[in-house]
Amino acid sequence: MKPPLFRYQAPRTLKEAVVALASDPDAMVLAGGQSLLPAMNFRLANPSLLVDIQHVAELKGIAIEGGQIIVKAMTRHRELELDERVRAANPLLNEAMAHVAHIPIRNRGTVVGSLCHADGAAEVPLVLVLLGGSVLVEGPAGRREIAADEFFRFHLTTTRRRDEIAFEARFPVLRADSGSAFDEVTRRHGDYAIAGVGAVVRMNADGRTSEVRLAACGVTSRPIRLAEAEKLLTGTALSEADLKAAGRAAAEAVTAPDDMHASNAYRRRAVATLVRRMAAKAATRARERIGR
Amino acid sequence: MTRGNLQRQLAQTSDDPTLKVSLTVNGERVERVVSVRMLLSDFLRHELRLTGTHVGCEHGICGCCTVLIDGKSGRSCLTLVAQAQGAEVTTIEALAAEDGRLHAIQQAFKECHALQCGFCTPGMIMNIFGRFNEPQALDLTDDGIRTMLSGNLCRCTGYVNIIAAVRRAAQLAGRA
Repeated sequence: MKPPLFRYQAPRTLKEAVVALASDPDAMVLAGGQSLLPAMNFRLANPSLLVDIQHVAELKGIAIEGGQIIVKAMTRHRELELDERVRAANPLLNEAMAHVAHIPIRNRGTVVGSLCHADGAAEVPLVLVLLGGSVLVEGPAGRREIAADEFFRFHLTTTRRRDEIAFEARFPVLRADSGSAFDEVTRRHGDYAIAGVGAVVRMNADGRTSEVRLAACGVTSRPIRLAEAEKLLTGTALSEADLKAAGRAAAEAVTAPDDMHASNAYRRRAVATLVRRMAAKAATRARERIGR
Repeated sequence: MTRGNLQRQLAQTSDDPTLKVSLTVNGERVERVVSVRMLLSDFLRHELRLTGTHVGCEHGICGCCTVLIDGKSGRSCLTLVAQAQGAEVTTIEALAAEDGRLHAIQQAFKECHALQCGFCTPGMIMNIFGRFNEPQALDLTDDGIRTMLSGNLCRCTGYVNIIAAVRRAAQLAGRA
């Protein structure tokens, strides 16, 4: 399998890249290429022009500023995963990143590219939704910031317009009184999730939660917050009964039909179990962080 | 239609846009004019005749085509040679010493009988080599090694000996 014919440009600045992308309605941005190249090999994507942004110096690096982890468009998964500053600022990123494919793919694939690809079962989009982060895009009409819950529309579909380049993503830093956890069910390590759940739990001094955030991937056409389960756990001490009720509520959010990987019923049970485990794990970690 | 007429109607040049690439492969500077859609795996095998890099699935699942790009492991079948412009690429051919002495990872594979047909071996070794190049401590539990190798498929299913070889290689390389 080889990619179909295309033209290729490798601009040196973001401005040039925006102009190149806008010059052709069938142009696409190439970052790491770990989703785009297989899609082209399978003829699922057939861009007439690839705008390779790997030589754009201003699109490289990670910064932590104003309570946000700022990830530039050419930052590879593995860079974010191994960054000690990021691990200290928000350990959830490191934990979730280890589930993204395999090391050789994480060495090439980019974090922002995964967000723009927007696979409904992918881990990075879930993390952005869970933390309430955002994606910044630049097009011929200028720059805008798109909040995570406005960004993902459907499997492989976002609100980024086709002439816009996502130049960075922002992931909020984890509060000192909060803990986080992520896990997923897959057939093999590195596969897309059959179901994945992330949790962020903020604890009060009295041992009750003051905020619970839960998100899932692989169970609908896009990453979603599990609002009903969050409501059931907020203000509780996360008793076994509370966790079970939240798991049941979370299962109701599963809309994925039976497919070759898992049945709808299996996904419902997987999400319920993951919600119970992740909420409890995040709470334990929050208590450890407060205790420190 | 005569042969001459037919020939005149056929395209004499390809519509495939080309690009001049220059990169370093195993320490040697190479320059070629290639199709922009040429994959790094095909560039290594067909242009440079470095056939140690194997091609299995061509969509990133099997890991046979793994090479190092600027010191980090990557799928050469999911990388355009255009994306390796200016990069330093290392393939399995560069691992053994000039005099034929095997690299620690190769030696460990030999000692532990960690290959049967050998098709997956170059990708396995380059992936392990890339991980050994990272300063982070190695997780040499069975689970840790399985995770490290999760992106490499061995269809002889000889995983038990491959896991043993990773552990042995870590010893030989002073990383255990």
